[in-house]
Amino acid sequence: MLTLSPKDHAMLRGERGPAAKMAMSIVARMAEVAGAAELLDITAAHIDSTVYIGEAGLEFAERFAALGAKVSVPTTLNVSGLDEHHWREWAVPSEWASLAHRQMVAYQSMGTIPTWTCAPYQTEMRPSFGQQVAWGESNAIVFANSVLGARTERYPDLFDICCAITGRAPAIGLHLTENRAGGILFQLTDIPESLMQSDDFYPVLGHLIGKAALDKIPVIHGMTVKPEEDQLKAFGAAAASSGGVALFHMVGVTPEAPTLAQAFHGKEPIETVNVSMDALRDSRRVLTHTDSKRLDMVVLGSPHFSLAEYKRLAPMLLGRRKHPEVKFLVTSSRAMTQLADRAGLLKPLQAFGAQITVDTCILTSPMLPAEIQNLMTNSAKFAYYAPGLLGKQITFGSLEDCVHSAVAGEIVRDEARWLA
Amino acid sequence: MASIILQGTIIIPGEAQGKALVGREPLSFWGGYDWKTGEIIDRRHVLSGANARDKILAIPFTRGSSTTTAVLLEAIRAKTAPVAIITTGIDFFFALASVVAEELYHAPLPLVALAEVDFARLNTDDSIQISTTGIVTITR
Repeated sequence: MLTLSPKDHAMLRGERGPAAKMAMSIVARMAEVAGAAELLDITAAHIDSTVYIGEAGLEFAERFAALGAKVSVPTTLNVSGLDEHHWREWAVPSEWASLAHRQMVAYQSMGTIPTWTCAPYQTEMRPSFGQQVAWGESNAIVFANSVLGARTERYPDLFDICCAITGRAPAIGLHLTENRAGGILFQLTDIPESLMQSDDFYPVLGHLIGKAALDKIPVIHGMTVKPEEDQLKAFGAAAASSGGVALFHMVGVTPEAPTLAQAFHGKEPIETVNVSMDALRDSRRVLTHTDSKRLDMVVLGSPHFSLAEYKRLAPMLLGRRKHPEVKFLVTSSRAMTQLADRAGLLKPLQAFGAQITVDTCILTSPMLPAEIQNLMTNSAKFAYYAPGLLGKQITFGSLEDCVHSAVAGEIVRDEARWLA
Repeated sequence: MASIILQGTIIIPGEAQGKALVGREPLSFWGGYDWKTGEIIDRRHVLSGANARDKILAIPFTRGSSTTTAVLLEAIRAKTAPVAIITTGIDFFFALASVVAEELYHAPLPLVALAEVDFARLNTDDSIQISTTGIVTITR
């Protein structure tokens, strides 16, 4: 039975204006559906509803904007449908661009911070341990919960903005300590340390674990190295694509899992899954959706490329140039790209023949021309969604594989690390 | 003709009837459902290529993207959505699309949850009727 606070009731009566009234009616209705006892205060929000899908989402955004909606907590914005200032360089139809831009304007009018990125946790708006937030965007949700120890339920588009306007969210799911215990144990067995140090290990492991864990909380045990932030980002994005993972615990790595017992809150796992090299090789194979060696474009940056990733990529490109028939695209945020520029990291990219797109990505903007059919990426998220969303073929490889392939003009992958 | 009568839990009340389209694994609507046609387009999903428009779609729950709700809302507006969705639990993503569709278009999508054992009895092409009290009647 849902009990609302006097302030919640005041919003429902319209005392904070018509937009807050509409937002609270949706929050309260959904809290009832989810069986919440009450709402709780949030201190920040991240809005995934910015992704332009069609007229209905735009009508929703413009309805709020017309009602004078304003967010009541610091609120970052996810990717939009457009690179606002460069979309004309790509195949985006101008009619589509004008609709997607209206959606950007609507969400910006609500007093939000126009970060336009799916990696808001790598901006100054990164939440801290224990902070209650309402975040949309599956990769951002899993990162906030798992790597930072902030608390958000797995919120869909359209709900995130209702929480941001009201400053309230249902007290359910991952907001509550008792629901953050691990469910399934994934025991890494005989995985070479050298593979755990490789970037491409993390999306492959994440894809495998997401598929097996589905909506349960996975606990990963047996890591012998300490992964870097961007490796955890790639892992989470993969697990949140192949499954509904909104929180994982990596024993000895993530903040709520200093020990195995703490990851499970002292309880027994529902199930234990051994992760072997064979299982990892299967997972890696599934991420590639074609047998062809043909390559039209390498695409990096889902989730958006960080400053650290620019820093890793730049020296690999020095003194080299991509094959003239192949495009090489990095998708990132304006903030990270500006920092990379100031650090002198963009020069090697330009000399290599790389292009950079900000504010959006290939999955949320119809930017790729039809002749680009064969993609290669180091992102499990791109690999997972490109065949269905774009109808294109995609091959998964490491960052090094992607660079080598762009130079060679066809797909080349170093299989050695995966044979051990 | 045999009928099976199951009691579901109402998530969003409403009446619906249609042919069943049953997928026993979860689905993300973003990258999984083409709202312009109703086709299931996740090429790794068991229902890839099937069309859910005007069907009763049975999916245990959603996976993946936060954008599933937005895609289902577009489908409701474009009339390419299923007529109802049956899940195995409360799926927040589907429920929100239905609540927002009510707010914007006064057209909520009925949602019912069945216990896993009951969900397992559904088959694609069964004729299904959902009542306002959450009773799911299967006829085959």
